[in-house]
Amino acid sequence: MTPEVQEKIDNLVNQNKVFVFMKGNKLMPQCGFSNNVVQILNTYGVPFETFDVLEDEEIRQGIKEYSNWPTIPQVYIDGEFVGGSDVMIELYQNGELKQMLEVALAS
Amino acid sequence: MISLEQVEAMIKAELPDAIVKVNDLQGGDHLEAIVVSSQFEDKTLVKQHQMVYKAVQAKMATEEIHALALKTYTPQAWEKANQVA
Repeated sequence: MTPEVQEKIDNLVNQNKVFVFMKGNKLMPQCGFSNNVVQILNTYGVPFETFDVLEDEEIRQGIKEYSNWPTIPQVYIDGEFVGGSDVMIELYQNGELKQMLEVALAS
Repeated sequence: MISLEQVEAMIKAELPDAIVKVNDLQGGDHLEAIVVSSQFEDKTLVKQHQMVYKAVQAKMATEEIHALALKTYTPQAWEKANQVA
């Protein structure tokens, strides 16, 4: 990962309380796992921004190195990597995600 | 193709105290790793998995490992899991 890619990712995750690297976009997810994450965040009605990795190969590869996580989607809350689709489903079901979002959006 | 021993060695280089078992799930590039390490204590499951992925990042980037399913345990959690089983 080049320093430029790292800086770009840093900016994206730090300038947005909730940020998702995904395949496709909110309206048209191009992958079932990306869609899961969007649907979960939509249920809370919280503002979140997304980046379509299919449009940028450097970010698509760089983000895996950035987080030490090999798959997409990737969700960041308050600049910190939270997890992918499986983890988001788990955090949604056990109520932790609601709490994390409330804390992040209140800060 | 990467050998299972190679993957085990990479994980052990990152987590020296770990007990590691790597299995081939499908065709030699879809692998599963069971990792037991005291360094996982007080870390979330996501953090534990990030620690292991970091160890093999280079081989995943080149697609020598296409997928790696992880099961991570602290020594205590491992003992508990095996009692139940």
